[in-house]
Amino acid sequence: MIKAINFNNLTFAAINAAEALKSALAKPASQIITEISDSKLRGCGGAGFPAGLKLSLLSKETNTPKYIICNADEGEPGTFKDREILTNYPDLVFAGMAIAAHATGATKGILYLRAEYNYMREHLENVITQYRNKDFDLIIRLGAGAYVCGEETSLIESLEGLRGEPRNRPPFPIQQGFLNQPTGVNNVETFAWITSIISKGAKWFNAVGTEKSFGYKLFSISGDCAKPGVYELPMGTTLAEMLKIAGGEGAKAVQVGGASGQLINAANFNRKLAFEDAPPSGSIMVFGAKRKMLDIAENFLDFFYDESCGQCTPCRKGNPKLLEGIKLLKEGKCSKEYLEQLIDLCETMQTASKCALGQSSPNAFLTIIKDFSEEYALKQ
Amino acid sequence: MSNNEITLTIDDQKVTVPYGTTILKAAEKLGIKIPTLCFHEDLCISGACRMCVVEIEGFRTLQASCAYPITAPIVVRTSSPKITRARKNILGLILSDHYGDCYTCKKNMNCELQTLSKDYGIDAFCFGRKSKPEKETSKELKFGDNIDWPIQYDPEKCILCERCVRACTGYYMDNGVLGVSERSNNSKISTFKDFPLSRVNCINCGQCVTHCPTGALTERDDRAVVWKALTDPTKHVVIQTAPAPRAGIGECFGVEPGHSFTFEMNTALRCCGFDKVFDTNFSADLTIMEEGTELLIRLYKALVEKDASIKLPQFTSCSPGWVKYLEHFYPEFLDCASTAKSPQQMFGAIIKTYYAKLNNIDPKNIVSVALMPCTAKKFECDRPEMRASGFKDVDYGITTREMAQMFTEAGIDLPKMPKSDFDNPFGSATGSGVIFGATGGVMESALRTVIDLVTGEKVEDLYANADIIPVRGFEGVRYAEIPITKVGPVPAILKHLVPDWNWLKGVTLKVAVAHGTANARKVMEDIKAGGKFSECHFVEFMACPGGCLGGGGQPIPTSPQIRAKRAKAIYADDKGLKVRKSYENPAVLEIYEKFLTDGPCGHLSHKLLHTKYVARGKYIK
Amino acid sequence: MPAELEQISIDIKQLIATYGKERNALMPILHELEKKYHQIPDHAMQVIADMMGIHAVEVQDVVTFFHFYNMEQKGTFIIRMCKDMPCQMQEAKKLADQLEQKLGIKFGETTADGKFTLEWTSCIGMCDQGPAMLINEQPYTKVKPEEVSNILEKYRKENK
Repeated sequence: MIKAINFNNLTFAAINAAEALKSALAKPASQIITEISDSKLRGCGGAGFPAGLKLSLLSKETNTPKYIICNADEGEPGTFKDREILTNYPDLVFAGMAIAAHATGATKGILYLRAEYNYMREHLENVITQYRNKDFDLIIRLGAGAYVCGEETSLIESLEGLRGEPRNRPPFPIQQGFLNQPTGVNNVETFAWITSIISKGAKWFNAVGTEKSFGYKLFSISGDCAKPGVYELPMGTTLAEMLKIAGGEGAKAVQVGGASGQLINAANFNRKLAFEDAPPSGSIMVFGAKRKMLDIAENFLDFFYDESCGQCTPCRKGNPKLLEGIKLLKEGKCSKEYLEQLIDLCETMQTASKCALGQSSPNAFLTIIKDFSEEYALKQ
Repeated sequence: MSNNEITLTIDDQKVTVPYGTTILKAAEKLGIKIPTLCFHEDLCISGACRMCVVEIEGFRTLQASCAYPITAPIVVRTSSPKITRARKNILGLILSDHYGDCYTCKKNMNCELQTLSKDYGIDAFCFGRKSKPEKETSKELKFGDNIDWPIQYDPEKCILCERCVRACTGYYMDNGVLGVSERSNNSKISTFKDFPLSRVNCINCGQCVTHCPTGALTERDDRAVVWKALTDPTKHVVIQTAPAPRAGIGECFGVEPGHSFTFEMNTALRCCGFDKVFDTNFSADLTIMEEGTELLIRLYKALVEKDASIKLPQFTSCSPGWVKYLEHFYPEFLDCASTAKSPQQMFGAIIKTYYAKLNNIDPKNIVSVALMPCTAKKFECDRPEMRASGFKDVDYGITTREMAQMFTEAGIDLPKMPKSDFDNPFGSATGSGVIFGATGGVMESALRTVIDLVTGEKVEDLYANADIIPVRGFEGVRYAEIPITKVGPVPAILKHLVPDWNWLKGVTLKVAVAHGTANARKVMEDIKAGGKFSECHFVEFMACPGGCLGGGGQPIPTSPQIRAKRAKAIYADDKGLKVRKSYENPAVLEIYEKFLTDGPCGHLSHKLLHTKYVARGKYIK
Repeated sequence: MPAELEQISIDIKQLIATYGKERNALMPILHELEKKYHQIPDHAMQVIADMMGIHAVEVQDVVTFFHFYNMEQKGTFIIRMCKDMPCQMQEAKKLADQLEQKLGIKFGETTADGKFTLEWTSCIGMCDQGPAMLINEQPYTKVKPEEVSNILEKYRKENK
């Protein structure tokens, strides 16, 4: 049994999921949507789409059946918060799905669980029985080892028995999702917060945070820190504060938002974990003074090279070029001109790739080139 | 939506389009051409190559114009420094992995990658260049290895646009031969288990070839063997030309689609050294006689003799791609297929028997070549059962593209050649033969003859100008009913088979036409389920979209518009010809008089002009 | 048809009865087959395709896309070590070397007796407890090189 090391009492521990669901089912759908909208909860998987708005849009779709999908394909390096939630608080997730179904008129729900978490399947199948009924057909489907299936349209493609390749958007899943039906896809944590907000109220949730990012958020903190684990922090916590809590002071840099997020150097540790600042999707990797940044960039690009679906040219062919570029930099064989060419390629990848994988894989590379120039030398 | 049209701005110009139109199509309306690689009119939208990306005001990322549906009055820019750099980077990335010189590539000067490289002023391999191919040697033959098959694949030239995969299984075709395996930069076009095409269910339709933008997929090149025969003084080399290549070959010489060069080609072929040039229309008409008779015999046995073993509907069998499709996917229905050979193969048998005898030529010295719009014809002429003459009936099938190449090598500018007629004794162009090149053409030819011969009246009385419109067109599956209200006398040529036509009076002839194996599948599944098509008497199936005019051997590029223009040329030819019914072809009548004296479907006809099929099944071993 | 192919057909018929014959039943069916056969046999892909009304190559497209399905036979126990940054920072390399040594194979290979396959895999979500690995579905975290022998011994004894 995997035990999480958490140094906070997570709010989730105090929520009675069954009660929250019962109270939600007694309210009209519109009231649920209003409450979630008022809470200003935003999606917890990285994109940060307003949760209330997503429920509202899905509820307006008339084509039935409608689907609620829980994206449990947590695969971003450095992220394990959903693992915690699914292990210890699955009730909140399933209740959240049922609440969302009630709010939107959805009658079918699917939890898409990454294959690497199959060890928790049996327990989840036990808990789910309380939340599936004649009005809400709730099942679990497994992934099979593809990070790209964390992208909602890739996830849907894989559910349909196709290669996990992102779709063209628009149309978005809300209009045409699983089997071309209206589908709302949300992260595990988002559903858990939905249940919590129904239980404790929108005002409780949006009482903390910044002017643009509200409520609490789970963060998975790992790397060069004394106390790695899952932490619950209010939006707006600075990186310096976070490092103090996790025992990571003296870090050289922090990767926020996973390999596809942002690399922030020590000079900027006063930045806040918020949507308008350092991306608060939940993964925090702490890099101590002795870490070599090029090694980190190489590791990240190697990840993207493996996980790219291969569909679009900029990502399929661009990631290997960037990876090759890192190797050239490490060997001191990269010329200034070629580095400029690679930086230009990064911009193309960031703007022309078909999905967020290709759009964000150059991020770490670019930051390291810009902010850590002392760690590499160009060919003269 | 109260208003189903949107007005948007593209490059500072306003344009109004139906809701949901893509940006690519909207730009086309303004005459703005956005570059594409993975997009093709015939195929479902992909949006993967990213060449067609455009800027939409207010969006951080570039959007694929081929896939983005217009649902709001957006402001689009199709060109900008950022977009140009993106397109150049994409081309640079593709070129960095593209092994092979344009000089030695079959698609030199007709390659979309080459054209875009020029358009975007690529003057350096900004991401490097591959210096040698990545051939991994394995003991067993696999997809991409050099094998003797009508379709050839060179993975080094592949840009992963996946047009071939969507062409093989998509709107028109449902062959399921090509797929994409692995992921990331290891993605590759694959067959099942990466077996060579000869081991999987490839029907040789060549749609993958006509939709490939580069030289990754091409046809097997048979020019060398044909040139060898032409320069061999001991060989008597004859060629038969089919209607679809004649309607398409002009495109290889820069002429707009829709012009036939039938008679210019005859002169050009003789310049190349062919001893005789024959018109496949002759054997097309012969096929109608054989297959039409076969249908009437089946109908007689089913309706009069109540023979339950007779299989209806009768399927046409002149499309070798369709034949192989039937052999793989619906082998239990092989008895429905007409036993008549295709025009190409009938001609081959006749040339090495009747023609050889008539002209005192030893058939072993005859090299029989067929100019076809088809890559499957290469497979067909190699089929072991196609040796009715005692020799290989047709030695080589040459595609339109190979023929155009041979003309160019011989210094021939086809459109400028003087016209000349076909050689006898096989006569010249009939309308009934010419329309074989279009989907519905075989059916129309058959009906023109059957209706005349059975009703004793002229088909012009039922259908103006003998243009049987209900079976024409590009709709995937077409259906028609022809009520037989009057019958006439049985013509002499069929008198030995049936006493009269009275048993057909009051019968409604039910026919159908399908083109593209995806549509063939629909009809076959309906027949299996006992639906409407199971009650048809005669169904025409063509493997390729549009029929032969859209064949795998035709000029590249192809599109619905180009095929429509080729069809127009074919039907215009038909209209202008004197003989438009197979049974009125004097050369056909002569051969039944002088050679196939026991008549259509008689003993000699069966030996030379009919064939058997192979139940291949779809399980891949 | 040989008995083992017959058995595969029977298994698939049963899986289709459970999950349906629409294409969206493909993933759960493949998962069960992988579990039982430690690969997706060629015959299976053709039978599934036939029953779903699609083509064998379309099943292959999906099988080869996902790392947890394989067309070639893998070991009874697949050891997947996380290769991403947080685990690497917890001295995953030492563990990796130890695994290679104790198994006598390199990453990407299968032992001669067909018991173990050793592979790298992407982040498995145990970043706070690295270095981490999966053996089939069981996660192992904070694995010390000296624990490898005992772990492998446990699996060597199993007669799965």
